[in-house]
Amino acid sequence: MTDGKLLVKDKDIVVPGEVLASGMGYLPGHGTYRDNDKIIANRLGLLTVDGKVLKTVPLAGRYMPKRNDVIIGKVIDILMSGWRLDTNSPYSAVLPLKDASFSYIAKGADLTRYFELDDYVVVKITSVTSQKLVDVTCKGPGLYKLKGGRIIQVNTHKVPRIIGKKGSMVSLIKKATDCKIIVGQNGITWVNGEPEMEVITVNAIKMIEEQSHISGLTDKVQAYLEKTTGKKIEIKIEE
Amino acid sequence: MNQDLKNHINEALKKGIRLDGRKKEEYRKIEIRTGVVATAEGSASVKCGDTEVIAGIKLNIGEPYPDSPENGVMMVGSEMLPLSNPEFEGGPPRIDAIEVARVIDRGIREGKTIDTKKLCLKKGELVWMVMIDVLPINHDGNLIDLGGIAALTALKNAKMLEVENDKVVFGKRTKQDLPITSMPLPVTILKIGDNLIVDPTNAEEKVLDARLTVSVLEDDTLCAMQKGGDTSLSIKDINEMIDLAIKKSQEIRKKLQEALAK
Amino acid sequence: MSSKYNKRTNDRKFDETRPIEAKAGVIKKADGSAMFRIGKTTAYAAVYGPRELHPKHMQDPKKGLLRCNYNMMPFSAEERVRPGPSRRSKEISMVTQKALLPVVNLEDYPNAVVDVFIELTETDSGSRCAGICAASIALADAGITMKDMVVSISTGIIDHQIVVDLDGEEEHITDLDVADIPIAMVPSTEEITLLQMDGKASKEELLKSIEEAKPVLKKIAETQRKALKEKYKG
Repeated sequence: MTDGKLLVKDKDIVVPGEVLASGMGYLPGHGTYRDNDKIIANRLGLLTVDGKVLKTVPLAGRYMPKRNDVIIGKVIDILMSGWRLDTNSPYSAVLPLKDASFSYIAKGADLTRYFELDDYVVVKITSVTSQKLVDVTCKGPGLYKLKGGRIIQVNTHKVPRIIGKKGSMVSLIKKATDCKIIVGQNGITWVNGEPEMEVITVNAIKMIEEQSHISGLTDKVQAYLEKTTGKKIEIKIEE
Repeated sequence: MNQDLKNHINEALKKGIRLDGRKKEEYRKIEIRTGVVATAEGSASVKCGDTEVIAGIKLNIGEPYPDSPENGVMMVGSEMLPLSNPEFEGGPPRIDAIEVARVIDRGIREGKTIDTKKLCLKKGELVWMVMIDVLPINHDGNLIDLGGIAALTALKNAKMLEVENDKVVFGKRTKQDLPITSMPLPVTILKIGDNLIVDPTNAEEKVLDARLTVSVLEDDTLCAMQKGGDTSLSIKDINEMIDLAIKKSQEIRKKLQEALAK
Repeated sequence: MSSKYNKRTNDRKFDETRPIEAKAGVIKKADGSAMFRIGKTTAYAAVYGPRELHPKHMQDPKKGLLRCNYNMMPFSAEERVRPGPSRRSKEISMVTQKALLPVVNLEDYPNAVVDVFIELTETDSGSRCAGICAASIALADAGITMKDMVVSISTGIIDHQIVVDLDGEEEHITDLDVADIPIAMVPSTEEITLLQMDGKASKEELLKSIEEAKPVLKKIAETQRKALKEKYKG
């Protein structure tokens, strides 16, 4: 096996077509492919050098439904046997009657009593077929219809950063603004609180979204929250 | 439309706060640039928050309308480009684009912005045609006002073309300005619940009850109006909306003059 | 063969392009977007998707659809362009789609559509090439999986002299033979994905003009990459 030569650095932003390494010493991971003796990026992303594996963490792109993801869906159609939800992805989902409520819903019942058009619902994805047919459930802890508040859309790839390790980042914002916040894996985010605090929450989330690849972000967000809310926040969180 | 969301916006507005943190009568930061299109006789781009509109002027020579043989012709066109918003699709202009174009057109026409008498070349035979096109690059609300500002700035920026044997020489611009005599600024006031706001974003436009666009001249007289939205307005509403429109037109006019002075 | 065209009307070197400027993420509402300017030709591109494809009968469970739309704004030419699609704009939309198809991994988006909208605000020749360059950046900006970014330039042959990036003035030279050859290429593999020609040239001249365009195309690829990276700089 010939040696590999790395042509970019860990944490570099790489773009489609960019040659990341030459020689056979490295292996192509997610977001990259091999073309003869070269490894090339096929998606805009942040490069991670994981031993001999080169992969990229995507920076942009729409949400793709995955089983067990908790997302916020929007009711776009009422069907004979359930509801159709927009998932902020190319594929809509079906919420079947049996998965909508713990109580029995009779056939022919007025389904709008449960969910109406344009309602936002926190749901969990139960299955995704190879043809991208998506089923969701609303039965389970933390799954319910949202009332009040407002919806914002964030980059789905920044969701882990917005939530933070063990929910630390979102807790920081909640603590500072007293807002209720739910971040769906699909980027749809619900915020409910006092109007001025909602604005601060949304700005903080946008800040994380835009600067997620920059170090020292937590301190920046904390400083912003303290300045705008006038509160001293005393939790130390890990990034 | 989600009634819940509308109530939520309304509750915040009662406390004087908008979704993006602005006050009710606050415009987003506005940035006006002139001469952005090399092929146009005059052009301007207006950025306001995330909305960006571009306007361009094209000239040609044509026949006047039979009922006004001594007047040049002007028209305003607009399209909701699918490039500018995920909700737009291709195809012929939709009614909202037609409304934008017609309301901007009405302000410029009735405000006598262009001295069309000066655009007559041969009475009843040849006159100048001024074609104004207003297009969004990124559409996040308030297209009428921002399109109107772009159209006026582009008109001010435009130069006449050379003429040879009664025909336009395309691409040969003279140093002569278009005969522009007034600057009627369209200002749209939105009514959501009992609240009046200016410079709405897409999200706010979706929950409006009613709106009123007022084109205001330099001396605060009005030259065109358009009421929109599904809900009615009281005389008191109209009174307040016009006052607010006049006040905002004065502020925007200052910005416009600064941009033109550059 | 010596050419009567021994000095360009615009004083550029034969292999010199007009000034190029590229920017990613210029349209916030879009999933991906870009502006690409070459001289006085400016293209904006917006990508929406992958999103649900309607009507349903157009859906393909094996792969997504790439839909391209090229349009000139009414004030983007010397004479006003009537709004709405023309035969020309429809053809350019089609060849643009064909130029981009070979790089986009549409298998990743079954049943869905990736929409690309290209708008020219001003044109001085080379507008389809500028549109393709802008669209490539916008697709990458939208996070679409693609093996490379397509680059495009128009080369020309004016009285047997190969020139890169014809402008409007050169295209309209009447006393010499002018051939206009828009080319698009995948830089990493040097595959040609768009090739058109208007005018006369020998086979040798044509092949030579493609060869001479290559280094220019690779330079444009660098500009495209820089535009994307610039967006994420602190």
